[in-house]
Amino acid sequence: MNAVTTTPQAHGGPESTAVVSSAARARKRLSSPGASTAAIIIAVLWTLPTFGLLLSSFRPEDDIKGNGWWNWFTDPELTFESYREVLFGSQTELSTYVVNSIAITVPSVVIPVTLALLAAYAFAWMRFPFRDSLFVAMFALQIVPIQIALVPLLQIFVDVGLNGTFWPLWIAHSTFALPLAIYLLHNFMRDVPAELVEAARVDGAGHVKIFGTIMLPLIMPAIAAFCVFQFLWVWNDLLVALTFAGSTSDVAPLTARIAELVGTRGTEWHLLSAGAFVSMVIPVIVFLGLQRFFVRGLLAGSVKG
Amino acid sequence: MDTAEKLVQMLIAVALFGGVMGFILLVVGRVRGRTDLVQSLAFVAPAVLLLAVGLLYPAARTAYQSFFDRTTEAFVGLDNYSALFERDDLLIVLRNTLLWVLVAPVTATLIGLVYAVLVDRSRFEAFAKALIFLPMAISLVGASVIWRFMYEYRPDQQNIEQIGLINQFLVWLGFEPQQFMLNAPLNTFLLIAILIWVQAGFAMTVLSAAIKGIPQDIVEAGRIDGLYGVKLFRYVTVPSIRPALIVVLTTISIATLKVFDIVRTMTGGQFETSIVANEFYTQSLVRGNYGLGAALAMVLFVMVVPIVIYNVRQLRKADIR
Amino acid sequence: MVHKTRKGTAAIGGVAALALLLAACGDDGGDDGDSGDDASAGGGGDVDCADFEHYTETYGDLEGTEVTIYSTITPPEDQSHIDSYVGFEECTGVDVVYESSDEFEAQLQVRIQGGNPPDIAYLPQPGLLQTIVRDTGAPVPAPAGVEENVDEYFSPDWKEYGTVDGTFYAAPLGSNVKSFVWYAPSAFEDNGYEIPETWAEMIALSDQIVADGGIPWCQGIASGDATGWPATDFIEDVLLRTAGPDVYDQWYQHEIPFNDPQVVDAVNTAGEILKNPDYVNGGFGDVSSIATTDVNQAGLPILEQQCYMHRAASFYAPNWPEGTEIAEDGDVYAFYLPPIEEEFGDPVLGAGEFTVAFDDRPEVQAFQEYVAGAEWANLKATLGGWVSANTGVDLDNYQDPISRLSAELLQDDDAVFRFDASDLMPGDVGAGSFWTGMVDWITGADTETVLTQIEENWPE
Repeated sequence: MNAVTTTPQAHGGPESTAVVSSAARARKRLSSPGASTAAIIIAVLWTLPTFGLLLSSFRPEDDIKGNGWWNWFTDPELTFESYREVLFGSQTELSTYVVNSIAITVPSVVIPVTLALLAAYAFAWMRFPFRDSLFVAMFALQIVPIQIALVPLLQIFVDVGLNGTFWPLWIAHSTFALPLAIYLLHNFMRDVPAELVEAARVDGAGHVKIFGTIMLPLIMPAIAAFCVFQFLWVWNDLLVALTFAGSTSDVAPLTARIAELVGTRGTEWHLLSAGAFVSMVIPVIVFLGLQRFFVRGLLAGSVKG
Repeated sequence: MDTAEKLVQMLIAVALFGGVMGFILLVVGRVRGRTDLVQSLAFVAPAVLLLAVGLLYPAARTAYQSFFDRTTEAFVGLDNYSALFERDDLLIVLRNTLLWVLVAPVTATLIGLVYAVLVDRSRFEAFAKALIFLPMAISLVGASVIWRFMYEYRPDQQNIEQIGLINQFLVWLGFEPQQFMLNAPLNTFLLIAILIWVQAGFAMTVLSAAIKGIPQDIVEAGRIDGLYGVKLFRYVTVPSIRPALIVVLTTISIATLKVFDIVRTMTGGQFETSIVANEFYTQSLVRGNYGLGAALAMVLFVMVVPIVIYNVRQLRKADIR
Repeated sequence: MVHKTRKGTAAIGGVAALALLLAACGDDGGDDGDSGDDASAGGGGDVDCADFEHYTETYGDLEGTEVTIYSTITPPEDQSHIDSYVGFEECTGVDVVYESSDEFEAQLQVRIQGGNPPDIAYLPQPGLLQTIVRDTGAPVPAPAGVEENVDEYFSPDWKEYGTVDGTFYAAPLGSNVKSFVWYAPSAFEDNGYEIPETWAEMIALSDQIVADGGIPWCQGIASGDATGWPATDFIEDVLLRTAGPDVYDQWYQHEIPFNDPQVVDAVNTAGEILKNPDYVNGGFGDVSSIATTDVNQAGLPILEQQCYMHRAASFYAPNWPEGTEIAEDGDVYAFYLPPIEEEFGDPVLGAGEFTVAFDDRPEVQAFQEYVAGAEWANLKATLGGWVSANTGVDLDNYQDPISRLSAELLQDDDAVFRFDASDLMPGDVGAGSFWTGMVDWITGADTETVLTQIEENWPE
């Protein structure tokens, strides 16, 4: 998905709530037994598919192929065999693709952050011609489907001779992330009190100094928020990966490989289930660890996808 | 390339751009003074340059290619576009895309809203939210694998047990198992369900925050007017969070238009499940038909234009500066 | 279509030869040339480096170079391919890196357009070769050494398949014969079923099996991105038998429309089996389950008598579980798909894959020449489950009766041979709308609608 305007409680996040006792009471009315049941049903529906796959990934190959995961409860047998095979077996070698995913993701997060920080500062605190129009254009670009740029961009990379390396992936991901990054960071920088900036100016500080000593420390949470976004987006991306790396090459990431496995080894359920979980572990850890920042980023106005 | 080589390359790339930023800051720091113009140019130029080369030029090029044949040699006018509305298989693609955009955002938002209200202030709120939220961290490819295990079909024969949970339920209830991925148009709705499963957590998070942000006096006033429970929800809560609802709906709509991973991984676009984003990939990259692929990309673009315009207006209204 | 050798090796009698080869060659790691010179494996697989001097003489020192292969032959059947290159690797110092995918047709195009093609692709469709050459110009014409081998060992027809607009690009590699019906001899014997000699007899047999309470056929056309191709083979086999080779040629060359009435008839004849709810799909479900049944699994219910007949190519052999004996009195065997119209008799429908190079580095050309020759083909044949139209292969080197029979048919000058039509059609049709059309057809669309849609989709 992509960008969007700010929500009412924009930068606050859930913690910005004034707890209102009467409101709470009013809501309690809704939390009848029926409501609780409904909530539990939704929660189960949302959890069960993942749980089933997780359990499957630890079942022996013959069990997975022979019957459903719920049979585990009557026939509890666990093994790491599928993980061993999927990570290091010669047919899949997912460990290679884990490395690729990392190598793709880290620069694709860092590059747009560095470039966007500079641009966001300029949009927020500098004056230059066409600033506002440029900013609106930047904002609008968030929503443009990346499909519209993929094929010509691929042709550019081929012409320049960058194909087959990580560079096309890094550059593509960075470019597509810039509008959101700039918009997000700009919003946070605007929120820095003008008095702080003015005081620094009076003390003779230039833009570079203000950027380094006031802005950067203050918007660290925003940077973190964007990084989580961008990390998840790049790690989980399939389209950009398939376009610039294909599904079987030196530089293809996990998602492309798993998608290829589904096509080529669609009946090898043990490989699919373990493979899917290998691809999920890192983003889920990042996500749970940095959830606070992620939510803040979400509420700050946009989400990309 | 071995692992070490890849990681070294990665570090070089990171260092390179860290260096670019440092260099710009250093140089700009030297020019000092009040020459905002030069300084701002140095700050904005790298990002603008990258966007111009990596997004704007390619987009213009795509628009151009959409009027040419498969290898961008012969001008064909609107042929690629008219094919979209004349070929039966492509009409199905358009129909499916519409189904996705109509069903996924509304359903995901509704479920997210209801759930946000249901678990609000309950004892397990944080945990309950995490359960719904977690699918957002999973790639759509991973989600598709998860749901393959739900939809998988095995024939109803001796010695053959179901692997998919949904078909097992059907069997337990005494029905025939179904080949879910084959039955159009049901299969499209089942694919949409996967996206809803992923997106409901996003809707819930934003809407939950919005609900908690409703000012006390509004709720109080509603209570004085005798509104409780569902009525309070209908007449106070929903109107109060209307802006957040719109944000969620448009955001998920955009995500839906561009979703490609689910269709690609679950059916490859077979069995009448293809959508514009998937067909774009197939035509441009698999079939090498740049013209038709470009036209499909343009269709996606045209579909988001209203949302872009709406958002820009909101931005202007919000009076950011 | 195609995918002949998609799943084309391993198992069968070749296991012994393979073991010997491996013992002789040490691990398959490539250039760590220990034990490379103690020569000799079973069945013609000599690893005598003298045999390879020709390549270093012609192409120079190749030590330390690398050739990447991209192919439709996926694990585990790719192992005998990888093993068959060991001698070449050890003696020339070239590292052969083998990669495969069921998304081959899609991914190859993506990689070509991304400027990242493999050095050599094993391309199963001459039609796709033409599309790629004309659209991208990426393939490199075959060097003289390759052409000499092909002139010596293959018939002009086979060379022609690898030629585009008068330029020879691609040497044939493996080949196969499509027109087999696999069955379990014991099941036929137990029930008193006879091998049918005509299509009518085959239908009568199917009816009898139904009357006996069984399901006669099992088929599957799911194959990742290539889903649908096995049904195109079925239809081509029938068309050759109902309308004859001349109509068949006109059809794939688009001299008659794709939806010509004769083609409609042929598809409907195939539908007598494929879309007959009484006949299919033993072990898998109803008619539409054919669309989701994996092509490699589709014949297996024969072993459980959940079905009795499975039409598939010679390369289905490696899909039988380890230890399955392929013989007239064994666990499974195949009979030749019987004739329909007497005048057209029993034509041979076959296919094969072709080595297309995307680079002209000496090591790439050396390898391309090596696998176009008789030496490699003989070695590969001994590894089992694999057939070639290469006339330099000693028929005794084929390890199972079906492979041997296939090779005989391919080398028989009197047989009416036709290459898989969908592989000869433009890629857009033969690896595109024909495949997806077959999926629609199996899942319920009627014949005229499907064929008309493919006709409308024909490029130009």
